[in-house]
Amino acid sequence: MTNEALQNLISNWIPELEFSEEGSQFLNILVTPEHLHQLMTDLKTNNETSFDYLFCLSGVDWQPELGVVYHLESTTHRHSIVVKVKTDDRENPMFDSVCDIWKTAEFHEREVFDFFGIKFKNHPNLKRLFLTDEWEGFPLRKDYEDDINMVIK
Amino acid sequence: METTVVKSNFKSEEYFINMGPQHPATHGVLRLLLTIDGEIIKKIEPDLGYIHRSIEKMCERDSYQQIVHLTDRMDYLSSHINNEAVCLTVENALQLELPDRVKVVRTILSELTRIASHCLWWGVMGMDVGALTTYFYGFRDREMINDIFEETCGARLTMNYNIPGGLMFDIHPNFVKRTKEFIAHFKTKLPEYDTLLTGNVIFQKRMKGVGILSKEDAISFGASGPVGRGSGYSCDVRKHHPYSAYDKVTFNEALKPDGDSFARYQVRIQEMWESMNIIEQLIDNIPEGDVQVATNAVIKLPKGEFYQKVETARGELGVYIISTGTKNPYRVKFRSPGFSNLSLLNHIAVGGKIGDLVASMATLDLVIPDIDR
Amino acid sequence: MNISLNITETIQDWLMSMMPEGVASIAAMVSVALIYLIIFAVAGLYLVLLERKVAAWFQLRIGPNRVGYWGLLQTMADALKLVSKELTGTVKADKFLYNLAPYFVIISSLMALAVFPFTKEFQAFDINIGIFFLIAISSVGVIGILLAGWSSNNKFALIGAMRSGVQTISYELSVGLSLLTMVLLTGSLQLSEIVESQKEGWLILQGHVPAIIAFMVYMIAGTAETNRAPFDMVEAESELGAGFHTEYSGMKFAYFFLAEFINMFIIAAIATTVFFGAWLSPFGITESLPWLGVFWFLGKTIVLVFLMMWFRWTFPRLRVDQLLTLEWKYLLPINLVNIVIMAVMVWLNLTIKF
Repeated sequence: MTNEALQNLISNWIPELEFSEEGSQFLNILVTPEHLHQLMTDLKTNNETSFDYLFCLSGVDWQPELGVVYHLESTTHRHSIVVKVKTDDRENPMFDSVCDIWKTAEFHEREVFDFFGIKFKNHPNLKRLFLTDEWEGFPLRKDYEDDINMVIK
Repeated sequence: METTVVKSNFKSEEYFINMGPQHPATHGVLRLLLTIDGEIIKKIEPDLGYIHRSIEKMCERDSYQQIVHLTDRMDYLSSHINNEAVCLTVENALQLELPDRVKVVRTILSELTRIASHCLWWGVMGMDVGALTTYFYGFRDREMINDIFEETCGARLTMNYNIPGGLMFDIHPNFVKRTKEFIAHFKTKLPEYDTLLTGNVIFQKRMKGVGILSKEDAISFGASGPVGRGSGYSCDVRKHHPYSAYDKVTFNEALKPDGDSFARYQVRIQEMWESMNIIEQLIDNIPEGDVQVATNAVIKLPKGEFYQKVETARGELGVYIISTGTKNPYRVKFRSPGFSNLSLLNHIAVGGKIGDLVASMATLDLVIPDIDR
Repeated sequence: MNISLNITETIQDWLMSMMPEGVASIAAMVSVALIYLIIFAVAGLYLVLLERKVAAWFQLRIGPNRVGYWGLLQTMADALKLVSKELTGTVKADKFLYNLAPYFVIISSLMALAVFPFTKEFQAFDINIGIFFLIAISSVGVIGILLAGWSSNNKFALIGAMRSGVQTISYELSVGLSLLTMVLLTGSLQLSEIVESQKEGWLILQGHVPAIIAFMVYMIAGTAETNRAPFDMVEAESELGAGFHTEYSGMKFAYFFLAEFINMFIIAAIATTVFFGAWLSPFGITESLPWLGVFWFLGKTIVLVFLMMWFRWTFPRLRVDQLLTLEWKYLLPINLVNIVIMAVMVWLNLTIKF
């Protein structure tokens, strides 16, 4: 399905979606945290979209917002899409977990939690994956400072 | 007389065992927390991060040329393909049109890398199921490829041969001759692999029906590379999103529907044949021309987001760069194949024996620096 | 009990000329024991060297070639190094059992060597229940392995030890039954008589088909009993690190290591004695030179040892449940049927005698 057709289809499901293709080879959808899980479920289960392959899940610190970017692909239709979700809350950022939709999200969400401190609701085992449990701060955030381990040029 | 009721004192209790960080089967510093009942595995929880170097954070500090050199420290067995992934992302963002010579040489080297990686995997795989001799056979053939690499770019493992805009320098005059020699040699040696290991009854008993991963689960777990293809899931990036010279060659995607350890094993063996096939199609007519496109000394990517996927020896490597138009990337994310493949280990190995876990883990072909980026 | 001490007689006679009878016989036993100990400690080391050379040959390598000519002193140097190493141990180990375990293993394997007829005159202890003694003594070693695994207080070691227990108990049956099959042919458990009866043809020829089956079962079960690949569940270095001897170092580790090789030699030597006519030369070509019997005995044994090494360096390892399936579902029934066939054959006089 072309990006345009996808946009037409998906915009009917949930009204408050922002679409953009600027500066990216994929169709980008910006969704509010409340609608994230609903949108993801629809993207996976709808026969016309059937995005069954979550090939990349990345946390991003947009300053001041924190967000997560989901790269989705359909193995039947071979089209791709990018879903973004953002929040202003840097103290306690929280999104719905998508690991009930794609099992691979379980590890990727733990990684995002580890490095960005973004929490995921309904995640079965949300704890540090790479860093030790006592680690303070979230290293991939832009405001993270570590005088000993980080070399600033 | 009082009757005493004798209660049975036999009860089975689950216990924990630490597999790793120093364990021969984890091939590096992976730690698995196993919950075991007797010999049967109840739960596997990976504990990662023993060699995490935070490459993604380092990338935010470095220029685009420098990032390339960090990537071959991720999956060191397909370092050339990792380099290529970053270079392709940058080149696509800059909309550079590469000379054909660059594309073809990159493809040949990528396929040689794949064969080298699979040779090592085959040797180590044999060792994991107890056949120690395979290791030396695998390394004998890998050594020849490493010699070709050494002559071409001066390094045997971390190659750094790609730069954004092409190749660092032209191929060595001996390159074509030695590659052909290798292909001729390996064609006689690959059947030996089958004789030694594939056909062995014990090996087949150990592999068949063990570590089963269904196609649906493979997709859901984000499995890619031979792990996905062993479950009958067509996920070859070279087929579906061709890059470099892969659109000019014909090859078959190795697919096996069984989804067990043996299927994943066969896929890799089949892939070595296909890689030789690809190299043979390209090696005789490497186009003449430049090996570089001029780029600015300081590369600045336009504002935007760029994603490029390539097929490494382990599966789909994705490079996701967010640029704000400066000389450093704003955010770089590497979607490493090993990370997703590791996440399904719990799914395929629970319920099996310790020996099954080791065998299944070997067929996932994990490289720990690839997981601990 | 009819005990004849062939090799000790000469020593005993010589000693008796110097001291009273009781002292002389004890001194004779001690000296024979010491001679055996030294010979087989050295032989064990050379078996290790042989294994390393064979492994190198299989694996496109050269193998040890630096210490001495062709690496001949390599394992001596290794043994010296192991002797000089610190004996480490775990804090929470059961100290007594932990220290006892290696001796169980090494002593039981050295004891078994006493009964082998290396040649007509070279046999320390010709007991009339020779085969029975061998089977009995070879199963004592597993106690050492179990103790080692249990007392180390290490989970990997414990898993290894438990696997070893289950494996040895199972395969003991096949070893015993396949040897019993051959005993039907000789009618005696005494090793010297078994050799005597083979002057009419090696037992593997006398018993033809059932004997060959028995031999194959014996070699499989024997390899399993020595805990060598493809049955090295006990160590399984890709699964358990080092298995039962994870926590051992220095000389205590060396005892386990040496015992493994001596056990391999024992299994091959039993096969030589029972199936291939021990020190008897083929077609009696060197009958006039009895001392050449040692050469024939060792030659046959080394060929069988090489066979076991060949297994080790080509086969992958079985899984623990497959190991038990092989024994209880295949080898044991085959063996039981085979023993009946052999009995019928002996009864109907269908054996081949030259």
